[in-house]
Parts: sequence; C-alpha cells; structure tokens
Amino acid sequence: MSADFRLPSGGRIDRDTRLRFTFNGQSLAGRKGDTLASALLANGLHQVTTSIKYGRPRGIMAAGVEEPNALVQVAEPFSEPMLTATTVELCDGLVADGLVGHGRLDTEPDTARYDAKHAHCDVLVVGAGPAGLAAALTAARAGSRVVLVDDQNEAGGSLLGRDDYLDERSSDAWVCDVIAELAAAPDVLLLDRTTAFGAYQDGFVLALQRRTDDLGFDAPRHVSRHRIWRIRAKQTVIATGAHERPIVFSDNDRPGIMLAGAARTYLHRYGVQVGRRIGVFTTNDSAYHAAIELAEAGMDVPVLIDARHTVPPKLSAECATRGIDVYPGHVVTGTEGQERLTDVHIRSITGGHADTVVCDTLLVSGGWNPAVHLFSQLGGSLRYAPELGAYVPGESLSSARVAGSAAGAIELMACIEQGAEAGRAAVTAAGFRPAAEIPVPFADARADEAAATVLWRVPGSENAEEDTQFVDLQRDVTVSDVTRATGAGLESLEHVKRYTTIGTAHDQGKTSGMLAAAIVAEELGADLADRRPTTFRPPYTSVSFAALGGRDRGELYDPIRVTALHDWHVAHGAEFEDVGQWKRARHYPRQGEDMHAAVLRECRAAREGVALMDGSTLGKIDLQGPDAAELLDMLYTNMMSTLKVGRIRYGVMCGIDGMVIDDGTVIRLADDHFLLTTTTGNAAMVLDWIEEWLQTEWPHLRVFATSVTEHWVTVPLVGPKSRDVLAAVAPDLDVSNDAFGFMTWQDAVLDVADGIPARICRISFSGELAYEINVNAWDGLALWEALINAGEPYGITPYGTETMHVLRAEKGYPIVGQDTDGTVTPQDLGMSWAVSKKKADFIGKRSFSRAENLRPDRKQLVGLVPADPTVLLPEGAHIIESDHLPEPPVRMLGHVTSSYDSAALGRTFALALLRSGRDRIGEKLYAPVDDQLVPVTVTETVLYDKEGARRDG
Amino acid sequence: MQLIPCPWCGPREEVEFHYGGQAHVSYPADPAALSDEEWARFVFFRDNPRGPFAERWSHTAGCRRWFNAVRDTRSYELHAVYRLDEERPVTT
Ligand SMILES: [Zn+2]
Repeated sequence: MSADFRLPSGGRIDRDTRLRFTFNGQSLAGRKGDTLASALLANGLHQVTTSIKYGRPRGIMAAGVEEPNALVQVAEPFSEPMLTATTVELCDGLVADGLVGHGRLDTEPDTARYDAKHAHCDVLVVGAGPAGLAAALTAARAGSRVVLVDDQNEAGGSLLGRDDYLDERSSDAWVCDVIAELAAAPDVLLLDRTTAFGAYQDGFVLALQRRTDDLGFDAPRHVSRHRIWRIRAKQTVIATGAHERPIVFSDNDRPGIMLAGAARTYLHRYGVQVGRRIGVFTTNDSAYHAAIELAEAGMDVPVLIDARHTVPPKLSAECATRGIDVYPGHVVTGTEGQERLTDVHIRSITGGHADTVVCDTLLVSGGWNPAVHLFSQLGGSLRYAPELGAYVPGESLSSARVAGSAAGAIELMACIEQGAEAGRAAVTAAGFRPAAEIPVPFADARADEAAATVLWRVPGSENAEEDTQFVDLQRDVTVSDVTRATGAGLESLEHVKRYTTIGTAHDQGKTSGMLAAAIVAEELGADLADRRPTTFRPPYTSVSFAALGGRDRGELYDPIRVTALHDWHVAHGAEFEDVGQWKRARHYPRQGEDMHAAVLRECRAAREGVALMDGSTLGKIDLQGPDAAELLDMLYTNMMSTLKVGRIRYGVMCGIDGMVIDDGTVIRLADDHFLLTTTTGNAAMVLDWIEEWLQTEWPHLRVFATSVTEHWVTVPLVGPKSRDVLAAVAPDLDVSNDAFGFMTWQDAVLDVADGIPARICRISFSGELAYEINVNAWDGLALWEALINAGEPYGITPYGTETMHVLRAEKGYPIVGQDTDGTVTPQDLGMSWAVSKKKADFIGKRSFSRAENLRPDRKQLVGLVPADPTVLLPEGAHIIESDHLPEPPVRMLGHVTSSYDSAALGRTFALALLRSGRDRIGEKLYAPVDDQLVPVTVTETVLYDKEGARRDG
Repeated sequence: MQLIPCPWCGPREEVEFHYGGQAHVSYPADPAALSDEEWARFVFFRDNPRGPFAERWSHTAGCRRWFNAVRDTRSYELHAVYRLDEERPVTT
C-alpha cells in the first residue's frame, strides 16, 4: 500500500523527472534527486525489511550512512549485495529488495570498470558542510592546492537538511557562492559522491567516488563506475559532521521511529513528510526545530516529549503556538504497532503522569555523536565530553585538524568559524600565508537555549525474553544482551563488542556504539571519562572489493610471464603450470593421452632418443667485475674462483644459517665475467641476495650483478641422440666428447636462418647426454623449430616440466623448494661434495658445525620405493616406523617430497626427507595413505644409471 | 600508507621498500673464531625494542639501494634515514 507523502513544493529534487522503480516487488515512482529511502517515504513506506534474529519489522531510521536498518539488495541497474536505502541514489528502473541481515553476492561476474587515481594537495578537506566549506575556501584563497571531498551529490552537508539563512540569504546561496569560487580556483579539486573512508600515516587518505551510479542504465560503460582516490595531503581538515544518537527504550525499533534530524532532511531536501501524526522525543533543543518545521509543513505534531525538566522557553512557546504539547521531564516508555508505529507510551520521569499518544511516526534525538572516525584512524586519542554524551577529539595532531560538529560544535556559526580557523591553521602549517580573514556569514539559526541532557536509555523489562530495548538494531542486540556480557565478567568494550556483536554490522555501530559504551559503563558503575572507546578502523563505510581491486583483476591482477616460445607451446597443445609468475609447459598430451601417459612417453623419448624443453625461465644473472670470483666464493658453498674460463660448475647457495636457499650452475665467460643460473622461482631472490651482500657487507668488491633471464631462450636438448641433432644444427662445431666435454661451454653460430649465434653448455639435469642451447630471445623460435626439424629422424619429442621433474628425480637431483624447505643443509641432501673444505669462509659455513646441524638424526634426502610398484605415494605423505597406526602421537620420521611413476624404472618411486635417512637405507618403513599403510623401502637417492654411464652418450 | 624517505630518491610509498631487519649487525670478521653461542647470537638474535630502532631498508622497487633508518616502533615515525657508511645519527 502506498500513498503520497510528497509535499506539493520544496525540497531539492527535480519534480519534473519522474523515476520508476520496484521495491520488494512493488512498482513505485520517485523523483530525480531522491534516495531510495526518500522515495519510499514519499510513498508512505517505512518498513524496508525484517530483523535478522527476531524477524521484527524494521524501517528507515536515518537519512545517511549511519542507517542501521534499511539494508537493501539492488538487482538493477547494477547488482549490489548490500547497501543502505539511505545512500542509494534513485535511478529509473531501479529494482531493489529489503535485506534480512545478509546480502547475497551475484553469481554473475562484475564486468563494470573500476579504477584508482592519485591526488596530491596541500590541504585536504573532508566534508563540504558549513565547516568544510569555510576551511576549503580559506585554504584556496591562500593559493594552496586543495582537495575537497564530500559523500553527497551536492555540497552543503547539514545545511541541505535545514532551512537556515546565512547573511539573510538562503544558506543555499552561500553554498553556491563558495562552490563557485572553489571551482574557479586553479588548484582546487572538488569531488562529490566521494567518501573518505580511511586515513593513514603521512597524510594519506583513501576515498571512494561513485561516478556513475546515479545515471542508472545510462551509465557509460567506458567510465569507471567507482574510483578509489589515493590522496596524499600535507594537511587534512576533518569536517565530517555528526551522527544523531537514538535513545533506547522498549520497542524502539518499530518502523516509523526515526532520528529527528533525518525527518528534517527528508522534509527540506526531498520534500517528503515522514508521517501524518508525529511525536517527538528528545534530550536537547535540536528536535524542537524538527517539531516546529514539520508542523509548519503541515504535519500534525501533537507531542514533544523532553527528558529535561528545564525546557527551552522560546522554542517551547513556538511549539505551543503550533499546537505541539511539550512534556518536560517525560520519556517514552514503549510503543505499539506492527508494520508501522501506532502508539507511543509516555511517562513522567518522576512518576505520576502517564499517557499513550496515537502517532504514526516518532522522532528521536538523544544528542549528537561527532564523526571522529578519520581522526581516530590517524591515532588521535578521543576524550569523553559529558555535556555531549559523546567522544570528541582529545588532542591535536600535527597534520590533521577537526572542525565543526565533528569536533563537537553544536551551533552553525561555531561550525563555520571553526572551519575557517582550521583552514587557516592547515594552510599555514602547509607553508602558505592565509589571505585576509574569511568573512564568516551571519547565521539566523537560533542558539540553543537549554543545555542538553544525556539519556542513554529508558529502563524497560529486565526479562531478557521480553527485552525489546534495542541497542544495535541491525544485529538485534538488546540491553539485556549487553548486561549478560557484563554479567559474564566482560569489562573491556572491545570484548563486549565481540561477545554481543554490537557495532559489527555494515554500519559499524554509528548509532549503537556510543550507547553500548554508556550502558556497559553504567553496568560497571564506571565513569565514561575513564573508559577507553573502541578503536575506529577503516573503512568508514563499506567499500566493495571490486573498487579496491580496481584495474588489478583478471589479466592485470598479476603479471604473467611467458617465454619467447610460448605461442609454439600453445599451438602444440601444451598444458601449462604456473611457476611463480611464469607460465611453463607442463606436458604436451597427444590425442587421448592424460598427463600420466604423456609424461611416460616424454620420459622415454628423453632416455631413449632425443627430447627438448623450453628452459628459458631459468633465472640468469650476469656477474661482472674484477672481484666477481671472490664474491662467488662467498656466495656458493663450492669453490668458484678456481673455475676455468670455458667451464661450468654446479653450485649450492646457503643462508647464514647453513640452509640451502638455491642451486644452479656457474659459467665462467672470462676472468671477470660469469653467468649464474638460478631456479625459476628464485631468480629475483638470488639477485636481491647478491645485491644485499654487495651493498651492506662487501661494498669494496667491484662487481655488478644484472638480471638477464629474459634476454635468453634456453633449450635443453636431452637424450642419446642429442649429439646428432646438435651436430645437424651446428655443423661448424666439433661436438665430440673430447672436444666438447661435460660441464664445458662453447659459443657457436648455428646453421639456422642467417646464422644464429648460440652459447651451448654441456649440462645435464637428467643424467642423459644433454646440451643447453642459449640464444638471443628473438632467435628462440627459429632455434626451436630448427631443432624439431633436425630431430625429426630421431623422433624428437618436446617435453614439459613434469617430465623434467621425473628425469631429475630418477637421478636423485633435488629441487630447491620442493625437496628442501629452508631447514635442509647441503649435507642433508647428500651434497657434501659440493661444500668446499678449502675455503676459509663462505655464507653458511660456520653454521654447518653448529651442534644442531651435526645431529645424526637430522632429516636426510633418500629414495623410497613402494613395495607395490604401481602405488604412487602422495607428495607430503608422512613416513612412520610401525606397520600399524599406533595411538597418537605417532612419531613421524619424515615426509615424501617428490613422487612419480617412472618409465625407465618401470615402477613408482619417491624422494623423501627422512630422519637418519642414510642410515636407514634398506629399511622397510610405512607411509599412511588414506586408511592404509603403504610399505616402502628406503634407497639411495639415485635410482637410475647409478654409474653415470649415460652422461657422455 | 607511510612515506619512507629514501636517501637517494626522496620520499616514496612504503610498498616500494623491503624491510631488512636490525641495522649495524655486521657479518663477523672471522666466523670460525666464534663460539657456537656467539655465532648463534649473530644468526638468530635481534633486538626488538619499543621505541627508536635502527633498521635496514632496501628501496627494491626504486633505486634498489640499501640504507639505514631510525624508526620508532610505537608510532612508525621515521626519525632519520642515513647511508650504510654513516654513523647512526642522534635522534630525540
Ligand atoms: Zn631509492
């Protein structure tokens, strides 16, 4: 059921632009400039949803971000799982539903555009209300760079919801003048619909700008929907206003009960009557203005219930002339109604008089809570102001100032004056000379006549079952929930918050937090001034992950690195795996093959014929300088300075704790020139490691380290027929074993295209005769295709990383990061041969003789063969001694690090790190897998070609 | 997000930097001469003060240079940055 609650005139809406929308399945109409909430109220609808725990009807309580109740899910024009009706700008065709606590994410991907932009300024002003405008104007007139952000669709802040006059003109005229001057200033950036949601160190503020939401279906696709502004300001003025505080009483949650200031906003900004017959319940003067203004707009306002015994005389008299009965020293004790408020029960505080008033709307004002969120996020301490019943900034920060009602100011003139003063102080601190004083306009707003009182709640039923005194309406938390928490011994507000969930909903307790703090203090008999408020943390309002992600999603989420041969792999059906940021060909399945079959075939080709892979991702570091050899002797466990030009040595790197961090080969190109290879995933780490030692410990060493990973395409050519294939593409090269021995390198010009220069290394990571051919990246594809052609008579087979893993594991070559985990020494890997005894020192050496590293029961790398040659152990499987699962704790001897099916061995096998592993060779142990214990035998790490007979072909 | 003043590049956002732990912990001149305990102190033990702390930073996404900084671990405020070959400056 809907009715027309729009006044015939007034408000800032565009009455000529009618917008159709659907809410909870009902077709309705609003006007351009409406929020969803104001449009619903204009149709006489207060109830938006029901509550999460008790299913109680809930309506619109506020007019801004502090709204605790009116959660909606928007389906059209843009799916949003959880917004407040008070912050959704109405657009034509909007479809939304009330939400019971939880939003539902759309299953369709969000295809809108989101982005981020940086802004730098001298003075950032947050909030374009009276204080913020005065601050921005002062800062701008001094010639500083100013950014002014405001979360509304137009400037004015609280002025938009009032009917004040400034200098005898409508306040609107003053706002327009200020905005016009700011817009014309050369270095002022005005951002509307922009919420500053996080304040951080060094003047860094994050803000969310809603750029196209108000355009609805007409939003241009190429414009980012939301933008994160990353603002860096020398000085920040926080002029974020205040949120009105409700009062807790029984049945304070019925639709129709709303904050008094919100009703003023709906009247003045949207031309909406929030009801027909309106009661008011207040602790301060501000709600009198609401009562008077609503009565003047034609609403019936029968009662104003003031908790104070001393009421403002002039305002009371004005009420009287409008037929509003003021009840001093009275409170609301309860309400009636289901989908909408029908009656309000009132009572004299001192007892005696009690009455029930028929109302469809009750306006409540318990005072104002300064929006100190950003100030608190900056680490600013808060002070309890007993006259306000709220926390206010309790210290001054060197680069942030708070002005206006955010600082606790109540009256309009004070807000403007504070804003101008904050602007002056900020711009001075930023190094500018403020212009002559900004003339502060004279406000006709009446000064408060009577001091506010602080009233948190009107006591109701103590019976938890019946308790309807809601503190946090979104979380359905009542006063008895709070007293249960304090009764359970909780004292810290942070603990009570977690115990009761108060303040943890979408609104982060903007209306409930202060009430909860006060009720807890009351229960504990403590003074709020001695209590610590909960910490405000970003974000101030909800920010979607899509907005935070910005452009950094999908392809742009993380760089994808591909080799120069990538397109060939794709064209030939490779399956890929991610290795760090690299895409590496994992295997090349043929028609009907799964990975297992493909890998067995690729392995067989490498062991029996010839195979090749793309090894370009191997990290490559060029090291040059007269002291390069000396540096390498410190970096590697082996002796590198004795390496002759033309030769290659395998090396292991350790941390200072003696644990293996990387391995690879070192190629000596000249006395003062080396090429290092690293594992694919560690290339950047090793370069950083080298730089760190060079800069921080050995700056006297004359060495330059340069990453050359992408400069080269590296192709391992593997198998007994690899020599023939190499000979075919390098006819000028003597490829015989005598002329081109193991662990040497040669430069050659290949007979490919117009002649491709290549550096060929005799390195084997498979135990087979093998060459690693390196060419300029742009020659990579020509090389690869030439090798495929030349190898065709031998059935040359491309293989991927999975086959590479199997081949190396059959030979017991560990992979750093797979067979090691940062707790493994070279000795644990059985690589004492790679640890120099001659060098006086190298990184890690001293740690090898630490008692812990000499323990005989350290985990050591071994091979494992399952008793059943078809059983593949899962990597990570534990290894135990007994043939049945004993009662826990079960003593673990180690775990499987690599496990494969081997074509060459005709069986499965594994590598494992095993306690006292080398002493256990030949022992039968067990690996618990699912419900079974798999018997395994411990072996040497090398399972294939133990004699190394295949290395030279 | 904090600004860290690189001695070479000036103030830059903290995401450009890598942290390198306590400063002025030199690699021992002769590790072999140290007892196990002395060596373990070098490898594993670092101060963790509440207040000013001299620490190493690397401008990894910028000039790639290492430098030292005195930072207050309570407020994160950087009191000084200085080059590796400079003495720790006196800060208040
Ligand atoms: Zn730098």
